[in-house]
Amino acid sequence: MSNQSSVEIQTEWDIVAARQLGRNVAKELGFGTVDQARITTAISELARNIYLYAGQGKIEIQRLTENGINGILIIAADNGPGIPDVRKVMEDGFSTSGGLGAGLPGVKRLMDDFKIETTLGEGTDIRATKWLR
Amino acid sequence: MNVRIPILKLRDTLIVSIQWELDDQTAIQFQEDLLTKLHETSARGVVIDLTSIDFIDSFIAKVLGDVISMSSLMGARVVITGIQPAVAITLIELGIRLEDVMTALDLENGLDKLQLELEA
Repeated sequence: MSNQSSVEIQTEWDIVAARQLGRNVAKELGFGTVDQARITTAISELARNIYLYAGQGKIEIQRLTENGINGILIIAADNGPGIPDVRKVMEDGFSTSGGLGAGLPGVKRLMDDFKIETTLGEGTDIRATKWLR
Repeated sequence: MNVRIPILKLRDTLIVSIQWELDDQTAIQFQEDLLTKLHETSARGVVIDLTSIDFIDSFIAKVLGDVISMSSLMGARVVITGIQPAVAITLIELGIRLEDVMTALDLENGLDKLQLELEA
């Protein structure tokens, strides 16, 4: 089994595929049911953001080992319009899609590490990690 | 790939058990099916059991919240039952509040709660 796998996000069905992939990897890594739910939900939100705002992109799942601790890294990358005001989208309750998607603050809370890089007109790259404790 | 969620009628209550992971289409279809069934049967209560569901994202939460509000517009009360610990934890961490939603630990408690509510 490779330590990296990905799902291209183009349709609603790809959101389902991405979160199933993430759940399987999380299960294999030994995450408990609550963390599995956190990881699955985070992937679902990130994949939906790609589908809604960028049209298409990719969810990549990587297994990590750092200082002897295993973890799972979710990379959500797209070549969409980018996010004009990152600080604003990181505020709770901010949404441009009419309540669809609890947004990035929720994903940040579900995961341990969260990084976002975005460039207007070029796309967005979000990396979220959960460590196995 | 469009699988429909079965909706059962027991006296004046509709019972729904969601048994597998919901995709967007199935969730939207369920919304329509439930409201149509409410209209056809004049049921006054609905129990939606989520025992088998191991995660809920913001989309599914929105569909559920909407179907509860829509049912209420049609004069029916909805009880959500069987939310797993992992689901409760992730929903709150995600920042989703299903406010004013009647919930119960399991189907049996849900039916009791609904009965009390409908008799009141």
